[in-house]
Amino acid sequence: MIALVLRELRLAATGGHALLPLIFFLLVATLFPFAVGPDGPLLARTGGGALWMAALLAALLPVDRLVEPDREAGVLDQLAVRGSGEEAVAVAKLAGHWLSFGPPLIIAAVPAAALMKLPGEVLLRLEIGLLAGTPGLAALTLMVSALTAGLRATGALAGLLMLPLAVPILIFGAGYIEGGGDAGALKLLLAVSLLLVAAAPFAAGAAIRAGRD
Amino acid sequence: MPEALLSLTNVACLRGGRLLFEDMNLTLAPGGAAVLTGPNGAGKSSLIRVAAGLLRAAGGLVQRSGAAALADEGLALDPRLTLARALGFWARLDGGDAGAGMAAMGVAHLARVPVRMLSTGQRKRAVLARVIASGAPLWLLDEPGNGLDPEGLERLREAMAAHRARGGAILAATHQPIGLDDAPRILLA
Repeated sequence: MIALVLRELRLAATGGHALLPLIFFLLVATLFPFAVGPDGPLLARTGGGALWMAALLAALLPVDRLVEPDREAGVLDQLAVRGSGEEAVAVAKLAGHWLSFGPPLIIAAVPAAALMKLPGEVLLRLEIGLLAGTPGLAALTLMVSALTAGLRATGALAGLLMLPLAVPILIFGAGYIEGGGDAGALKLLLAVSLLLVAAAPFAAGAAIRAGRD
Repeated sequence: MPEALLSLTNVACLRGGRLLFEDMNLTLAPGGAAVLTGPNGAGKSSLIRVAAGLLRAAGGLVQRSGAAALADEGLALDPRLTLARALGFWARLDGGDAGAGMAAMGVAHLARVPVRMLSTGQRKRAVLARVIASGAPLWLLDEPGNGLDPEGLERLREAMAAHRARGGAILAATHQPIGLDDAPRILLA
């Protein structure tokens, strides 16, 4: 199990799917002020929500690289022959994927917040929200990539599947920032995230099994 | 009578609503082997996958005692890693010795070459090296001779003989002679 998590981390580090969402996230943070203009108060008011959007879209990027290469190369079959349950494989993938996606994004939120001229307390709420929400986003990415593994041109389909399901994370994540630190929004964000993390191993495991037939 | 490593009883296999075979009976005792033959699409690979537990049989009973090692068309080696590290990943999971597998298939000199640089035949040898390194008593080989040169086939023959002498069993699906001449042939039509 630990070997599988380490393998995921190594793949993320060498295959570039850890770096790509990060660059994308920072790129959006750079472009957004160009789009709405250099109006400090306006940026500070809308920036938190924009960064949540960026995090959501960044989570979508690795969707075609999380499960499909392993399915195609037979790695999932080899693991199954060795008696690893598909659910256990999914848990390892989820842990490895979040470690390569969540913490870097949380760190990148600091320069991104500076670009948006976010005040300190808003940055703090953004960081707490990302810490609570990124496991849910990672779980969603894993489920969708397991469901779409083996299909052709998954990019658009994955977006259509994933983005509607990510709406609660977006609402409560941005709501926690907008509401001036409303603890209710954070609790709901945590609840949604927890639900997704709990469901992901079973959904992804079943999808991997169904993909064999 | 030692316990069978693989036993199929009245196994049937459905793929896409089509019946590939039914009433398949097969028992592999330690040291035993069987060769699956038949035209393309007859269900050789499906039977291998049923035996590996990757496909559910539509009917009948599949029983395995002990671990199995599978060699099919899937490479399952990370292309960016060197061959030694890629095989080492699986050897650690299996508690086996990747070096012994590489030596047996004659790819030890490629240990530090990245997997993506390997040729088709070298990849096939690497897949077989993983099976040899696994130490699993049951080998499930799907077209093990594909892409191998005569020297590679000879090494496969020796590895299979040594495995059976140690009390292992082999189920192979193949078209070409791979050196299991004494093993019963099972024709899937």
